[in-house]
Amino acid sequence: MTRWLPRTYLALVYLLLYIPILVLVVFSFNDARTAYRWGGFSLRWYEALFNNQAMVQAMWNSLWLALAAATVSTLIGALTALALHRYRFRGKPMLQGMLFVVMMSPEIVLAVSLLALFLMVGLQLGFVSLLLAHVTFCLPFVVITVSARLRGFDNRLLEAARDLGASEFTVVRTVLVPVIMPALLAGWLLGFTLSLDDVVVSTFVSGPSYEILPLRIYSMVRVGLRPEVNALGTLLLVFSLTMLLLSQWILMRSNR
Amino acid sequence: MTKTLLSIRGVAKAYQGRTVLDALDLDILDGEFLTLLGPSGCGKTTLLRLLGGFEQPDQGEITLAGESITALPPERRPLNTVFQHYALFPHMTVFDNVAYGLRMEKRPRDEIRQRVTEVLTLVQLQDFATRKPHQLSGGQQQRVAIARAVVKRPRLLLLDEPLSALDYKLRRSMQIELKRLQRELGIAFVFVTHDQEEALSMSDRVVVLKDGVIQQMGTPRELYERPANLFTARFIGEANLFPGRVTGLEAHHLMVEVLGLPRRLRRPAFAVSAGDAIQVLLRPEDIRVLEPSRDAGIPGVVIERNYKGSTLDSLIELESGQQVLASEFFDEDDPTFDYSLGERVRVSWVDGWEWVLPDDGKPVPEEGA
Repeated sequence: MTRWLPRTYLALVYLLLYIPILVLVVFSFNDARTAYRWGGFSLRWYEALFNNQAMVQAMWNSLWLALAAATVSTLIGALTALALHRYRFRGKPMLQGMLFVVMMSPEIVLAVSLLALFLMVGLQLGFVSLLLAHVTFCLPFVVITVSARLRGFDNRLLEAARDLGASEFTVVRTVLVPVIMPALLAGWLLGFTLSLDDVVVSTFVSGPSYEILPLRIYSMVRVGLRPEVNALGTLLLVFSLTMLLLSQWILMRSNR
Repeated sequence: MTKTLLSIRGVAKAYQGRTVLDALDLDILDGEFLTLLGPSGCGKTTLLRLLGGFEQPDQGEITLAGESITALPPERRPLNTVFQHYALFPHMTVFDNVAYGLRMEKRPRDEIRQRVTEVLTLVQLQDFATRKPHQLSGGQQQRVAIARAVVKRPRLLLLDEPLSALDYKLRRSMQIELKRLQRELGIAFVFVTHDQEEALSMSDRVVVLKDGVIQQMGTPRELYERPANLFTARFIGEANLFPGRVTGLEAHHLMVEVLGLPRRLRRPAFAVSAGDAIQVLLRPEDIRVLEPSRDAGIPGVVIERNYKGSTLDSLIELESGQQVLASEFFDEDDPTFDYSLGERVRVSWVDGWEWVLPDDGKPVPEEGA
């Protein structure tokens, strides 16, 4: 009894976690119109999804936004991590602490305060406001990922490169960036996925001119659960899992 | 060979008010193997970093072949460094690591290929060119680090404790290899170590540093046989130091009472007068251990014996409580030569083999400190 009890418990926990996702994936291939009864295998909802012009547009918008947000936050985040690693300056602990505050604070607080800020400066809600907001919440994750890599970085590599005749800029280009590249990639991927599936912050700071996928889904679900959403959910799941595995693989390959 | 290559004049460096180097003067000759030796914190690594350009001196000047390089950044100094933990670029192959310096000089492709292959052959790593550093052993990584530095044909190679991460046996063979390399390349090596044995066996000249001040400079033999002060005497090799007092002076000799025995010793180079406290240095191999029935020497008891293969090292405690280390070669005629613990003996030495030092009044440091 003592042997099967923990195993059953564990199985139950995992079942509870994954059954909803499993149901979603299975029913995305369901031929029946009602979402609660199995009516045979079909790809019709995937077809319907790609014929939905507004949906495809929202998908492209989301991808664009995620791409831009991940890239901008990786650039700023990497430079921040470098500054924190290399220099001692006044207010450094505070800066580090503030990054954690952004990461830990409830998303709704961030959303409301960003909206208030954008309204105050008179920024029109749309792509730019979304981008700024997404960069804000992606930034700490990039900084932490890159900082972890830099902690293991041997500063003598930089001295060795200088010693061999490289100027300061060349050292960064040929030694520093290649060595921390896995962390840059991992941070980028993390930012990308975070941006892609954000709802809370986006709800507040998006405008009618730029509709993104999570909000589109949300509005679709509100008027009733449609099988297309299952198909879309499955696609997003596959995409996110691929990204996650990719970033883990990159990190593992470099952490010898 | 005897031309001065690099000279350091009045160089001083302090970190947060703590003096690390104090108005240091040093000349490094072309083609010599010079070792900076001292305990940790003596300033030897700081001096090396000043030469490499990674630190700026607070005062003083460094000139290379007559031209000041004090203000030059590391990438513009014609000297290269082998770092303590090698600092190989982990994302590059052995070939690319070694080629890095030449690529920075924008050398043509063919020349780079040829010079890298040449230097990899020199360090016997020609078959490892496509490996990454983590696929190499410590000794091989060490050799890549050396190859990477010497491929630039520097005037001077700086080596920062390059052997400290290797195990004993590998360290011995790398010492021989480094000497061979230095002979073949004909460039000056400045080698930093805290290992006096390593310093003695490899160097043409050794600079002993303590607290940022040069204690002595000379050939290994000079340092061992004629140390300038008690610090060098104790730091280099094993030393028996017997306190004594000057009782009289002659033109070339010194009358000394040491361990209660009157002795007539050679007069040292420093100024002495009657009544001065001195220390008499005797290396373990200069000590003679005599039968207890003899009346020469000082009586003592063997408290430890250590079989070393070619020698028998014994520790003898004198009646005064002082311990004397004696190292004797085995005698072909007496293969059973040995001492038993507690055996009574007498300790003496041949006059003229001793070295007289002024007593600086400082207490004897703890063993191994």
